[in-house]
Order: sequence, then C-alpha cells, then structure tokens
Amino acid sequence: MGLVFDNFDRYIEGFLNTLSLTLISAVLAIAIGTVLAGFRVSPVPVLRATGTFYVETLRNTPLTLVFFFAVFVLPQVDVRLSFFAFAVVALTVYHAAFFCEAVRSGINAVGVGQAEAARSIGLGFGQTLRIVVLPQAFRTVVPPLINVFIALTKNSSIAAAFAVTELTKIGLDLANTTGEPIPVLLGVAAFYLIITIPAGQLAGVVERRVAFAR
Amino acid sequence: MSGTALYDAIGPRGHRRILLGSVLGGLLIAAIVAVVLLRLANNGQLEAERWEVLTNEAVQRRLFVDGLVATLKAAGVAILLSLVVGALLAIGRISRYAWFRGLVAAWVEFFRGLPLLLMIFFLFLGGPQLGVDIPVFWALVLGLTLYNSAVIAEIFRAGILSLPKGQTEAAYAVGLRRVQTLRIVLLPQAIRLMLPALVSQVVTLLKDTALGFVIGYPELLRTGREVIEFVGGPYSLPIYVEMAVIYIVVNATLSWFARWLDRRTARRYGKTVEMSVADEAA
Repeated sequence: MGLVFDNFDRYIEGFLNTLSLTLISAVLAIAIGTVLAGFRVSPVPVLRATGTFYVETLRNTPLTLVFFFAVFVLPQVDVRLSFFAFAVVALTVYHAAFFCEAVRSGINAVGVGQAEAARSIGLGFGQTLRIVVLPQAFRTVVPPLINVFIALTKNSSIAAAFAVTELTKIGLDLANTTGEPIPVLLGVAAFYLIITIPAGQLAGVVERRVAFAR
Repeated sequence: MSGTALYDAIGPRGHRRILLGSVLGGLLIAAIVAVVLLRLANNGQLEAERWEVLTNEAVQRRLFVDGLVATLKAAGVAILLSLVVGALLAIGRISRYAWFRGLVAAWVEFFRGLPLLLMIFFLFLGGPQLGVDIPVFWALVLGLTLYNSAVIAEIFRAGILSLPKGQTEAAYAVGLRRVQTLRIVLLPQAIRLMLPALVSQVVTLLKDTALGFVIGYPELLRTGREVIEFVGGPYSLPIYVEMAVIYIVVNATLSWFARWLDRRTARRYGKTVEMSVADEAA
C-alpha cells in the first residue's frame, strides 16, 4: 500500500486523465449515438441504411483496431491531432454504435400508443420523436446508457497502448520503475472501481425508480 | 414498437419528402466519402500498386494461417474456460449459504468492474513477481476468462431465474435434490433461453482477443502489424482495411447467428435472456 501513497499524485493525474477522456468521449458518443438512433428509425431509407451500416461495422470491430485507424489512418486524410484527441476520436466512434443501440431499444420500449396518439394529433415524424417518444425513451434508457458509460470507462484503458497517460499507463510506468507490479496495479484497479462501482449502483437505482413509475 | 408507428402510411407528399431526404442524405454521405477518398488519393494511398500487396500469397498466409488461427485459438480456449468457470460462479450465486452467495457476488462485481486490459497486465507482469512466468498466450486467455466468466455467470443466473418457480417446486415435490433439480430440470431449459446471449458474448470475447496485441501475443492484429513492418509503412492502409474486414465478417456472422437463434428461441419457448448492449461494448 505504501507504494500507492508514495505515488498518490501520479495516480490522481492518471485518474483525472481517465475521467476527462471518458467524459468527453461519452458526451460526444451519446450525441452521435442519439442521431444515429434517429437515423435507424427514420422513414428515409438512405439514413436507415447509413445508421445500420455504421452500427454493424463498429460493433463487430475490436476497439484496438479502431484505435489503429485513428492513430495511423487519420493522418493519411490530413487529420493530425494529439494522442489524447486521437483516443477521444477512437472511443467516441466505437461507443457511438453502442449508445445508438441503447437509445434505439429505448425508443422501441415506448408504447406504440404514445406514437400513435402523437401522430393522431397531427405531429410529424420529427415532432413525434422529439416531443413524445425521446423524452420517455431517455428515462428507460438511462440504466443502459450508464452501463455503456461503464464499459467506456473500462475501455479507455486501451489508450494506454497509444501513449495517453491515463490510469493504466501510469500504472504500467510505476510498475516498471518500482519493479512491483502487483501492489501498483491493485492501486490502479481501486481507482477504476471508484468510477465503475458507484456508476453501476446508480444504474440499479434508476432502473428501480423507472420500474416504479410505470 | 415497430418503426412504422412513428409515421403514417406515406402519401404522395410524404414520398416526395422522403425522396428529397434520400437525395440530400445521400449527397451528404457521398460528399463525406468523396472528401476522404480525395485526401487518401492526394496522399497516394489509393494507388493500385499499394493495394496489390493484398494479392501477395505470403501476406495472406501470415494474416489467415498465423493471425486468424491464433486469434481463434485464444478465443476458443478462453470461451471453454469461461463457460466452465461461469457455470461454477452461477451455481455459487444461487447457493443456499448467504455468506457464500455474497462472496461470489463480490467476486463477479469486482471483475466486471475492471478493465480487461488491466487484468491481462496483472497476470502478465504480476506472475513473474510471484515467481511464476505466465506466457503471453495464457496471460491473454486467463485474463479473458476472469472477465468473461463473470459476465457469463450473470447470463447463467438470469437464465435459471427466468424459469417459472413451479419448475423448482415440482422437482422438489417429486423428491429431487437441489443438485438434481438444477441438472435435470432447470439447466436443460435455461440453456435454451441463454444460448443467444452466450453466442453474442462470444463476439465480444473474440473482439477482445485483439488486446493480445498489447502484450505481444501474435494474434491477427499483432500479425498484421508485423506484416506492415515487413512490407513497409506505405502498405499499412490496405492491411488495416483487410484486418477490419476479417473481424467484421467473422463477428457479423456470429452476431447474425445469435439474433436468428434469439428470434427462433423466443418464438418457441418464450422470453430469452436479454443480450446486453453494454456487455457487447466491453
């Protein structure tokens, strides 16, 4: 344990980097994912096909490979960013597909009568979705969204292999310098659990709340 | 709710709008694709000579015979181990001793809450500190097992709990013991309901074998990188694209199979164990 306290400031640095990496990616990915979910339920075939193609491609590709595309292929289309920004791009692009599926399943969970009622008072597709269906969908969709966020937090560790000094990378560096990987990595694990366990609890609480409201 | 409830049967004006939307959406997407292709072409990435590297037999042999086989080997061993450990954990989760249930629940929560990469590093770097050298293959496979057995335990548990209580009661009534009830009555029915979720977890596990790259296990991604180092950086894009296609074809086939199985099972035997979007992402 001494090792963890001696290097506490490095752990905090890594923790904050992991946190900002995760939060920035989550906000962007939820925004893109929601738009994609709109595409996937829209009446326009081209948009539906685009949404489906995006989701099917990304959900079947390993995140590590997405990182490679970001770091080595983006510069080939003249996009040059910092490693941190590349990591944000990779995490966003990958998790947008899963946020999309979470939102879509939420849209599908809203009763048919809601959409029918909205249609019958004359709302269009966009209005039906925006005013009636999505606000309700978001409520049921919060637990799955939190769960995808937890997955995103854990997956952000892959950025360690691409020169981003987040928690896992700090852990690997410390393991290297101190020669004692076991206590060092247990310390890293504790910091991840600080994010993932409360988030999981929150998802459970929200799930029960929503269940009561129905 | 089917998508159709969101909009009425489409009339002439609607058709015109959809046509307009299709054309505009199509143009936007075409524009994005065009910009990407143009920039790739400006950087010389689209020259035929570069893509001809994919017709090289030695390159393909490396990717398929070395890379893909190593990926499938690690995934196969990890799946078998995860199923066995996951089943044991699930039985622990429904044990009649509360302290044991709590212990197993804490174990499952702990390993589901940690990045898989961290577990792999823990085994790979921590082993030598305890005087055990863990080869990269086993660091990867055991890491995958620690994580996936925890997820699979939850799938097993959900499958068993989703059965009507009457099944257990009837089994007890005819004099079966707990273990017999589980083996003869509950598991055969539960397995059907959880099979789609298990197949979908296989896709996640297969994707996660790519983490072997980070510790140096020569699976598909690592092999691809070695090929790129051998043939030279200019050929990296074609090889990355091919690797992506291989992963997508294998995983999309499995995902499609899982969904087909899910629909069929749901039609014949009722509600299946839910395939979690979040578990797929991790």
